[in-house]
Amino acid sequence: MNLKFGVVVFPGSNCDHDAYYSLRKVLNYDVEFLWHKDTDLKQSSVILLPGGFSYGDYLRTGAIARFSPIMNSVISFANKGGIVIGICNGFQILLEAGLLPGVMIRNNSLKFACKDVYLKTENRETIFSAEISEATKALKIPIAHGEGNYFADIELLKELEANRQILFRYSDEDGNVNDENNPNGSQLNIAGIVNKNGNVMGMMPHPERACDPTLGRTDGQQIFRSIANYILN
Amino acid sequence: MFKATVLIKRRPSILDPQGVAIEKGAKHLGITNIKSTRIGKLIEFDVDLSDRNEAEKEVNLYCSKLLSNPIMEDFEFKLEEVK
Repeated sequence: MNLKFGVVVFPGSNCDHDAYYSLRKVLNYDVEFLWHKDTDLKQSSVILLPGGFSYGDYLRTGAIARFSPIMNSVISFANKGGIVIGICNGFQILLEAGLLPGVMIRNNSLKFACKDVYLKTENRETIFSAEISEATKALKIPIAHGEGNYFADIELLKELEANRQILFRYSDEDGNVNDENNPNGSQLNIAGIVNKNGNVMGMMPHPERACDPTLGRTDGQQIFRSIANYILN
Repeated sequence: MFKATVLIKRRPSILDPQGVAIEKGAKHLGITNIKSTRIGKLIEFDVDLSDRNEAEKEVNLYCSKLLSNPIMEDFEFKLEEVK
C-alpha cells in the first residue's frame, strides 16, 4: 500500500499546517490537505483529523464538524478498516462521530491546559504504537486544550481495559500513572484510545508538535513512524 | 409555524466541572444553601411547518442528532404555535 496522509481541514482547524509540516518536512512522508466540503479522500492511506476549534467549538466540541461532507467519507473509510488518527479537536470529532467511544468534558481545573505532559504507552501492539521503543518510559508531548477530560461510564471503562483499547495515559517522566500528573481530570488518566478494531485512534496530546528537533522534542515521531511502518511493511 | 424551546440537560451520572466551580463562587458570596448546580443549554428556534406532529418529528431529529449528545445529555422541548 502507498503511504499517504490526508490531513482534513475544517473551518477553525489550526494544527493542520503543523501536521502537514511534521509529516512532509520532518518525516518526509507524502501528505495532502483534504477540504471539509469535499468527499474525495484522494487515495490517502491514513486520515488525520487535526487539532483546532472546528466551527468555533459551538454547541459541543466536534459536534458540527462531524457532519461535514468529508466526514461521511472518513466514517466509511474507517468502517472498512482504514487508518484514522484524531488529534485533540480531531479526537473530539471522532467521539462525536461515534468512531470512538466516550465523551469529552471541560477540564476539571476549568483552565485551558497548555504544557508538555508525559504519556505512558499502555499497548505497544497497535498500528499507532508498535515503533515506540521499550526504552521510552514516557513520551514527552504537549497538550493544548480546554475540554480534554475524558469521560466514560464504568462498563465502558472496563471494556476499554479488557480490550486493551487504552493506548496512552498521563504519567510522570518515568511512566508512573497518578493523579498529580493528570492535567484535566480524565478517567483512568486516559490521554488516547483506539477503537475495538484497532484502526482508529484518538489522542488529546499533539504528536505533530513534537517532531521537529528544532523544537527540542521529537517523541511524536514514534507515533507517525509506527503508522508508516505498518503501511509500508 | 411553531416556536420551539429546547432544554438540554447533562445526565445526572456525568460530572459537571462548571457547576462545581460556580457553586464555589456562591460560597464566596455567602450563599451557602445551594447544592448540585448543573449547567445546561436552552435553545430556541422556529419550525416552519403547520402540522404539530411533523414539527415534533423534525425537532426530535434535530435534538437527537445534533443539538444533544445522547451519551451525556438528555433533552426536552416544547412547541408553541405562532400565527
